Amino acid sequence: MGGYILRRLLSAVPVLLGITVIVFLIMALIPGDPATAILGSYATPENVARINRELGLDAPLWRQYLIWLGNMLQGDFGQSFALNRPVLDEVLERFGATLILAGTAFVLCALLGIVAGTVSAANQYGWADKTITFAVLLGISIPSFFLGMMMILLFAVRLRWFPVSGMWPIYGARDAAALISHLAMPALALAVVATGVVARLSRSALLEVLRQDFIRTARAKGVHERSVIWRHALRAAMVSILPVLGIQAGFVLSGAVYIEIVFQWPGIGRMLVDAILRRDILLVQGGVVFVAVCYVFFNIVVDVAQSLLDPRIRT
Amino acid sequence: MSITRLTRRSLLAAGTALTMALGAPAFAQTPPNVLVVGQIAEPKALDPAAVTAVNDFRILMNVYDGLVRYKDGTLEVEPALATDWEISEDGTEYTFSLRDGVKFHDGSPFDAEAVKFNFDRMLDESHPYYDTGPFPLSFFFSAIEEVEVVDPMTVKFVLNEPYAPFLSNLAYPTGLIVSPAAVEEHGSEFGRNPSGTGPFKFAEWRPNEAVVVEANPDYWDGAPQLEAVVFRPITDASTRTAEMLAGGIDLMVEVPPVALSQFQGDSYRLYEQAGPHLWFLILNAKEGPFADKLVRQAANYAINKEAIVNEVLEGTAEVAAGPTPPAFAWAYNEDLEPYPYDPEKARELIAEAGADGAELTFYVTEGGSGMLDPVAMGTAIQADLQAVGFDVTIETYEWNTFLGEVNPGLEGKADMAEMAWMTNDPDTLPFLALRSEAFPDQGGFNSGYYSNPEVDKLLEQARRATDQDERARLYKEMQEIVHEDAPWVFVANWKQNAVTNDRVENFDLQPSFFLLLDDVAKN
Repeated sequence: MGGYILRRLLSAVPVLLGITVIVFLIMALIPGDPATAILGSYATPENVARINRELGLDAPLWRQYLIWLGNMLQGDFGQSFALNRPVLDEVLERFGATLILAGTAFVLCALLGIVAGTVSAANQYGWADKTITFAVLLGISIPSFFLGMMMILLFAVRLRWFPVSGMWPIYGARDAAALISHLAMPALALAVVATGVVARLSRSALLEVLRQDFIRTARAKGVHERSVIWRHALRAAMVSILPVLGIQAGFVLSGAVYIEIVFQWPGIGRMLVDAILRRDILLVQGGVVFVAVCYVFFNIVVDVAQSLLDPRIRT
Repeated sequence: MSITRLTRRSLLAAGTALTMALGAPAFAQTPPNVLVVGQIAEPKALDPAAVTAVNDFRILMNVYDGLVRYKDGTLEVEPALATDWEISEDGTEYTFSLRDGVKFHDGSPFDAEAVKFNFDRMLDESHPYYDTGPFPLSFFFSAIEEVEVVDPMTVKFVLNEPYAPFLSNLAYPTGLIVSPAAVEEHGSEFGRNPSGTGPFKFAEWRPNEAVVVEANPDYWDGAPQLEAVVFRPITDASTRTAEMLAGGIDLMVEVPPVALSQFQGDSYRLYEQAGPHLWFLILNAKEGPFADKLVRQAANYAINKEAIVNEVLEGTAEVAAGPTPPAFAWAYNEDLEPYPYDPEKARELIAEAGADGAELTFYVTEGGSGMLDPVAMGTAIQADLQAVGFDVTIETYEWNTFLGEVNPGLEGKADMAEMAWMTNDPDTLPFLALRSEAFPDQGGFNSGYYSNPEVDKLLEQARRATDQDERARLYKEMQEIVHEDAPWVFVANWKQNAVTNDRVENFDLQPSFFLLLDDVAKN
């Protein structure tokens, strides 16, 4: 097991190096530079050259890359010039906010999805199955940002049950209740599509398992039906549901970008969008590399979890 | 059965959470005497010398003062931290008497040394705090040769040539005076620990949440009515609108035109103010059909500016008549009429110039500061020009890319391009974008290569004149010539807008587009 994990970790190194090269090149090659973004209408060639010099962007590309990579390996991600603070501070703070949002949405989609899928499969073609299938189809079809805006209009503007945007109240205590009231709408909006996907796949995974011999055996020896479904069948089906959850974790994380903009959640997706528009090179690069590291790490964790459930994968 | 139990438990938890949220008081009221402002973005820094965005200026103008400022409701300068000034005969020496007894928020005194520190920090590369930059707009003060401390309360600026816009540049946020003691204490972190002399003191900056400033009870111009102002960055316009409707903010700037109808009722107040802004089309006067003045005039006749302003922009702008926005009341030529919408006349001029069916390449941007609704406006303009017989191809670029294409000049690439400028002095735009010596290869913004020796002469003279009436006469003459020569299509002057709820009093927008809150009250 230890050897397997080590192999997976080692294979991630070239992937991450490749990502640093790609993100660096993309930021270097897209038209428009930070100086133009800072100066706007006042971007004369003379002013642009002055700002580039002061930001250290006049060195050759390969040198800029090596300096950046070298600093990063020592834990120095540089300074965001648009926000005037260390990139790492900003990224960590923003990533924390995204984790809270995406994490909540992930837990919601996993729980609701699996339960809905299981109930659906257990009552195949019954009314519960039909209702759930319909709801799931609806959920998958609504773009999350649109759903988010509708939720704001109904629950925040009209009913005033929840605040419109942000993560914490501007005044007042920063306690769990405050966080939950700010988190409820964005997390739900973010979870809806993923819940649909998880529900559909859990349903089909479970249906497949329910046709197998050991289920018939269990039923034949008189195991309670509830136990058959929730204990025997679901457990076997989890092997094919888990990788879907891994993919949905990625989906929820990337889908958070839209939700973070609509609900002004101070997460890393919104940070990256703002940073790209402002050509905040170091912040974009640092943010992307950080997210990439997390993705690679999540993938390894999912693979390891899967290999624990199904030892055949480990070879 | 473990999963069932888990589900039940989690359902219970979710239910509890929901009940707690529902049971909480409605999220509506902002506290009395605290004004919550919906901003369009997170500020970069609260160091006036280091920032360029209007969004940041909105906070800075309430924390700092300059030597001079704009008179309420105008773009004319009046005393602020300087009580009075003298300009030498040749226009190269400005001597300011400073206000006595003013202290920075950190307790250090405001004096001539502090003024010198501020300008040396921006302009002198050997200054010990030059490295707290970069200072992107320091070229506003590039005419300064030296700042001399005459006595503790008198400071003299020596310019390397006469430069009439100097006073209004001092009123611009880049000229706001910061506390030298605070810069010395915080160094490059000064932008997050600001200290000025303004009506509000910096209190707290919670990244991506809010900047909070508190009343300065010792303000030299009278303590403000409000106890505090909270600036919240809400980048998405629809979300900002929703926050205003839900009562999460008290004042919202840059209301999207489509959202204006939401705020018609009694519980809101809408404000509008035309500013020193011009939205125009740069025409390539060097080559192609627009090298002919008749065709440039034809374009001005062909485009239905009324329709753009009223339909596309929903009345958030006014039709522009010439190169100088009417907000510069003292320098604006009242006799100038906008080119009327007259497609017949346009067709005649085109026929006279033999430019029938000419193919035009039109650069359009997707967005950008002051660009309003550039894609929709570009499409309307394209349709109007097609209607009089041009064949117009639009090329659309993202803002930074667009500037990279347009600023180096349109030659060999395009016949026309959208552009917008917001300036603080009638000198700036024509001087940087209409003179023969402002061609892009000479570091200017004359991307359409317009050249008229008469205009060059008038602009040079106006820059050297120190008398405002004399300057006004020169600018008015310049506007007449430029109107006739039509190097641009003059399209629109943007009106800035804002909404407050009915608890906010004494608020007004300024033609400078600055947000001044020292007299505002809220119950």
